[in-house]
Amino acid sequence: MSDANRTNVVGDGLAEVGRIGLFLVAVIAAIPRSLRYLRETVRQIFFVGAMSLVIVMTCGLFIGLVLGLQLYDVLSRFGGTASLGTVVSLALYRELGPVVTALLFAGRAGTSITAEIGLMRATDQLSAMEMMAVDPMSYVVAPRFIAGVIAMPLLACIFNALAIFGAHAVGVTWLGLDNGTFWSNMTSNVDVWTDVMNGVYKSMVFGGIVTLMASYQGYTTAPTSEGVAHATTRTVVFSSIATLALDFVMTAFLM
Amino acid sequence: MSQRRSYQIGTGLFIVLGFAALGFLATQTTSLANYRQGPTYALQARFTNVGQLKLRAPVKIAGVRIGSVHAIELEPDRLDAKVTLAIDERFKQIPDDSAAAIFTSGLLGDQYVGLQPGGSPDMLKNGDELVLTQSAIQLEELIGKYLVGGNPPSANAKPEAEKTSAPGN
Repeated sequence: MSDANRTNVVGDGLAEVGRIGLFLVAVIAAIPRSLRYLRETVRQIFFVGAMSLVIVMTCGLFIGLVLGLQLYDVLSRFGGTASLGTVVSLALYRELGPVVTALLFAGRAGTSITAEIGLMRATDQLSAMEMMAVDPMSYVVAPRFIAGVIAMPLLACIFNALAIFGAHAVGVTWLGLDNGTFWSNMTSNVDVWTDVMNGVYKSMVFGGIVTLMASYQGYTTAPTSEGVAHATTRTVVFSSIATLALDFVMTAFLM
Repeated sequence: MSQRRSYQIGTGLFIVLGFAALGFLATQTTSLANYRQGPTYALQARFTNVGQLKLRAPVKIAGVRIGSVHAIELEPDRLDAKVTLAIDERFKQIPDDSAAAIFTSGLLGDQYVGLQPGGSPDMLKNGDELVLTQSAIQLEELIGKYLVGGNPPSANAKPEAEKTSAPGN
């Protein structure tokens, strides 16, 4: 009895992963057809990208302030406060920027994508589109996916830039670190391709995975108000887990 | 119509802001910021050990950056490292008996080449070599020499043996 249950749980989990994989294939297949709806894609970049700016910029600034303060304290124990700029920028570009932005993105943009597509499903708009010979995959899902892949790296870069300003404000303006030391140590240790672009590639993948999870949960929701609520919760949980798991895999590959 | 226009402006603003941030990160906070476009001239220096010196590391006089390390290669016949320094054209007044040394900025900092100006009336020209050099200080060697047990055990054993045998003689 319990054995059969366990097989069911494992089987259900595997089936869910398989459905998400097939959904990804369908989304990628729909991308060429969705190029007709360029205006819709631009509108989605506005909704998932520009509308997330406020939260991303605020959080970036505060992460930078905190990192600057914490690392200044820790580094001063080793007499290494000169490398504050290096440590802050490497931590941000390679890890914190893409990951924290992806988690914020899942909360800010992912949930609204799920709720929107879920309500389209609940109110039969997706079926109506199919009846009008408009493919919902290429009109609804693919533009959001493209918008996520484009908007996430830009958001992560803005996050990083604001965080550097935050760390600079704490380290140089407040705690009196030398301005030249801060920047010159950073510029001699940070590389464009291995550090900055590393974070850009990561955030492109994260943008794709968050929008994919969000559209999948909305697309397959139970057509009730409770179903949409559950789907929105699952979006945040699954896209956070997927982001952090993929982060480990991508770090191992991009090292 | 006006609503469509406003979101298009918002999208454009967002994309411009994003790329401006990427441009800032790439050019102001990375090693790209150290590429100086001004004309430079080359100086050579030979070191028996360059330590962790990296390409594009700064070259400084009196702590002020005047150029960067352009190339580090092993000289096959003399088996020492030949370092080519690219010095800014503005700093033409370096005496030809100046000394070059590899220093570390701070305990955890990067290594750089420091020039100690000499007193000769003749100035270094493009392609000249700095004859007086001092290699990088290897922290591990210093620790090995002064902190961990002083001498290696074989060298340690000898004087002790002499000492114990001395009263017998």
